[in-house]
Amino acid sequence: MEERYTLSLTVNGSEKTEAVSARVLLVDFLRDTLGLTGTHVGCDTTQCGACSVHCDGEVVKSCTMLAIQAQGRSITTIEGLDPDGAHPLQVAFREEHALQCGFCTPGMVMAAAALMGSNPSPGEADVRHALEGNLCRCTGYQPIIAAVLSAIRRTGQ
Amino acid sequence: MRSFSYSRPDTLSDALDRLANDPEARPLAGGMTLLPTMKQRLASPSELVDLSGLTLLRDIEEVDGEIVIGAMATHASVATSPVVQRALPGLAGLAGGIGDVQVRNRGTLGGSLANNDPAADYPAAVLALDATVVTDRRDLLADTFLRGLFETALEPGELIFQVRLRAAQAFAYSKFRHPVSGYAMAGVAVGLDQDGWRVAVTGAGPGAFRMIDVERQLGVDSSPEAIDALTFDLPELISDFHASAEYRANLVRVMTRRAVVAALRCHSGH
Repeated sequence: MEERYTLSLTVNGSEKTEAVSARVLLVDFLRDTLGLTGTHVGCDTTQCGACSVHCDGEVVKSCTMLAIQAQGRSITTIEGLDPDGAHPLQVAFREEHALQCGFCTPGMVMAAAALMGSNPSPGEADVRHALEGNLCRCTGYQPIIAAVLSAIRRTGQ
Repeated sequence: MRSFSYSRPDTLSDALDRLANDPEARPLAGGMTLLPTMKQRLASPSELVDLSGLTLLRDIEEVDGEIVIGAMATHASVATSPVVQRALPGLAGLAGGIGDVQVRNRGTLGGSLANNDPAADYPAAVLALDATVVTDRRDLLADTFLRGLFETALEPGELIFQVRLRAAQAFAYSKFRHPVSGYAMAGVAVGLDQDGWRVAVTGAGPGAFRMIDVERQLGVDSSPEAIDALTFDLPELISDFHASAEYRANLVRVMTRRAVVAALRCHSGH
């Protein structure tokens, strides 16, 4: 019988306590145990960024972190970014047609949100640098960059 | 991933005991290489000893003219550290160019050195900076610590505590990134202080290596004309589906010249 560990953490502002085995990935814990399926599994090899979430405010790839490594930490997923799904980034992605299939979008939004949280006035080069770890196979990236820059303008950054 | 047990010790002695008591236990730093390796079942440790509870190992400070970086300092924290940015801005730039932001928020200096990936950036930097790798049992110069392709002088259960770098030196790093992975196809790190030049290459060979012959030539003459006229006596370089050995050799020549010019600019600014 595989050993299980008591994992206590904060997810989108709510405290959660669950029993997990050590090898459960954070992304699988979020999706399968908590039902937060907005965080996507794209490549499962730390390349595509579809699984990006915030861990204590920093963007990380949740496919390359064990759930148990989030012990005592605060995780924010796409569901927790804005209660109404109306974060300036989400609005801007809709307006700028920054998604087609939408699979990469939660990761893109979380990576961009981390940039907006850490850089007081990011420019286009900063946006491109911040999204380097996120792949999109549909848009060719230009509308995504436009959407992030639009959200930055909208929030007065 | 095969099953394993997990611990997050609060003290170094507890972490070292756990590693000493179980030869199949492995330390977990940022996990950016170890976890993907475990997913592929290329590694199946019995226990992961998570070092993230050892906050002491995250410190970055200047002590008696040396920059001391804790093994658990993330690439992001090295890139944004005021201490590193002031003393060795080229090293802050190197850290800020590793992988992507998500990887830099998790990956650590100690993890990168212990893994010694032949295309990782830090191995070239510690060679060029003549760094000292401090473990729980000894101090090792980078030249001794790195042993080629994924090999280091670390013994079973031995942990890197910190890396010490002399602050008073010029340093620059120039790399040609693989456009997908961000790893170095060829990266050249250059250090310059009163003892002379140190030039190290990563990404191009089976492990980071110094170019002693280039260091000697620069010691004689580092004028722009001499930099253009540098000759390279390179070991056998990697040839794979990313690039041929000839292509990598050319990248090494170009990256060396760029890094030397940047180090000289840094040196004159000191």
